[in-house]
Amino acid sequence: MADDEHLLDFEKPLVELEDKLTEMRELNAETQDDLSKEIEALEERVEQLRTSIYRNLTRWQRVQIARHPQRPYTLDHIEALTEDFTELRGDRTFGDDRSIVGGLAQFAGSRFGYRDRTVMIMGHQKGRDTKERKHRRFGMPNPEGYRKAERLMKMAAKFGKPVVMLLDTPGAYPGMGAEERGQAEAIAHNLFEMARLETPVVVVVIGEGASGGALGVGLGDRILMLENAWYSVIAPESCSQILWRSWDHKEDAAQALKLTATDLTEVDIVDEIVPEPVGGAHRDPETTYQAVGAAVGEALDDLEALAPQALLDRRLEKFDALGAYTSAEPMSPPA
Amino acid sequence: MPWFRREKAGIRTTREEQNEMPEGQWVKCPETGEITNRRELEENLLVFPGSGYHFGMDSHQYFGFLFDGGDYDLHDTDLRSVDALNFEDRKPYSQRLESAMEETEQNEAVQAATGAIGGHPVSMAGMDFSFIGGSMGSVVGETVARAIKRAYTEGMPLITIAQSGGARMMEGALSLMQMAKTSAHLTRLDEAGLPFISILTHPTTGGVTASFAMLGDIHIAEPDALIGFAGPRVIRETIGSDLPEGFQKSEFLQEHGFVDMIVDRRRLRRRIIRLLNLLME
Repeated sequence: MADDEHLLDFEKPLVELEDKLTEMRELNAETQDDLSKEIEALEERVEQLRTSIYRNLTRWQRVQIARHPQRPYTLDHIEALTEDFTELRGDRTFGDDRSIVGGLAQFAGSRFGYRDRTVMIMGHQKGRDTKERKHRRFGMPNPEGYRKAERLMKMAAKFGKPVVMLLDTPGAYPGMGAEERGQAEAIAHNLFEMARLETPVVVVVIGEGASGGALGVGLGDRILMLENAWYSVIAPESCSQILWRSWDHKEDAAQALKLTATDLTEVDIVDEIVPEPVGGAHRDPETTYQAVGAAVGEALDDLEALAPQALLDRRLEKFDALGAYTSAEPMSPPA
Repeated sequence: MPWFRREKAGIRTTREEQNEMPEGQWVKCPETGEITNRRELEENLLVFPGSGYHFGMDSHQYFGFLFDGGDYDLHDTDLRSVDALNFEDRKPYSQRLESAMEETEQNEAVQAATGAIGGHPVSMAGMDFSFIGGSMGSVVGETVARAIKRAYTEGMPLITIAQSGGARMMEGALSLMQMAKTSAHLTRLDEAGLPFISILTHPTTGGVTASFAMLGDIHIAEPDALIGFAGPRVIRETIGSDLPEGFQKSEFLQEHGFVDMIVDRRRLRRRIIRLLNLLME
């Protein structure tokens, strides 16, 4: 249950009603009067309101849920999905980026109806409090993060272990050091290496999937996405700033970008939506982990059945097919 | 497909970017104030004779002086972007596309061509900043991917000329995926053992830099080009102060190890021929 200080605007009427219900239950316990009929009616109203709010979430509201400060982050998922997580650090060139974490672990597949197996599991990591947020650079990697991820992915391929990649970033870090050390090259290089990585890569968008910062570790064989996560070419705020020349159109931008899991399955970018409990992953993390675990287990089973070359051919075909265009009269250049 | 010869380099860039060539018969160098007439400048590949200042060039102008005899075959100009998201900001995307096509007389922000350079058959993709900021949407991604495919199926080297503000926002995640698509095809070119020369011109930022443009075997930058991932404005806002002189310029990129050579446009063709001679003997 979300605490009050982290309430999203659209959750407020629901929480008010829930508080009322709690009050009435307490009152019922204290007094002689039987309030069970009133309580029942109120319970029904709470359910109705909950369903109507979460069935009709706008895209911007989903962005807010994806950014909820209590939403499960990469390390929470890793803890819930695996045993013996052994973090591996550093890019062997410059440093260790704390906004991407990864390592070897035993995927606890049997908990979700699948097989246990060693995986290389990685993802963007955000921080919970001010200190950790800074330490993790809000989940915005520098080039070292991408290069560490590349090192670990290649290690996974070398030892025949699949890769599970969790995406949750507001974008690659736009700092001076990042440019000096080749942010663009680091992302490009990862796309290239991931396209030819001879081991299955399962990608799960667990929160925010912003732009090249997310895709830079996001090229894989199966792309899963949590129901309230978002994934797009740019964050709604930045899009608003560039196209509307103001910060005030983030809702419009979120709407226009079509950045939800449902939107992305329609254009074949996302293969499968992982359902979240009503109210979002933070309201019931356990149920969320169960759904993620099952989807990852199934993906691993399917992909590990493929021969290496078939896997790579399929991966290339998958991304080759993405895009929307038509054919018309060829246009000659002006003389 | 006919062979095209571009007789005269038409100037039709529409952006306010600093290296856009202004209208009029006399042109002033933005750096030194030196004045020269347009024809002389065009003969000099839009480079100021004295200062070496490079004005922006479009894809067909590059093709015209890079290919032997200015002869090349165009490909995939039938491709058209569609407004798959019904995207509308202050203007509908479909309208932006229409006016960009009208202004540039091109189908999109990239043109693919084949031809010979120094006798070597080459597959080339040249970008155009004047078409919605040279942004990469589905058609740009597809055209570049096909140029790469053409190179590895027909056994030719690949040359790209990058000039882009990044991925095209109006196509949402689909444009982001073009980074993956182009990069994935480059793995096949690599397997085939064919060279990829990436030419970086002013400006090359965002999703184009963070995909195919940074994946060349050889990176050639034009002098003083802005090349980076994040734009300077965003970085300034992040760090809360001004950026040092020359930050994200070609010389900076070379110093940090991301560019093999900075080549004046007037020597670009000769340099490419020398490289192809060495690699394709």
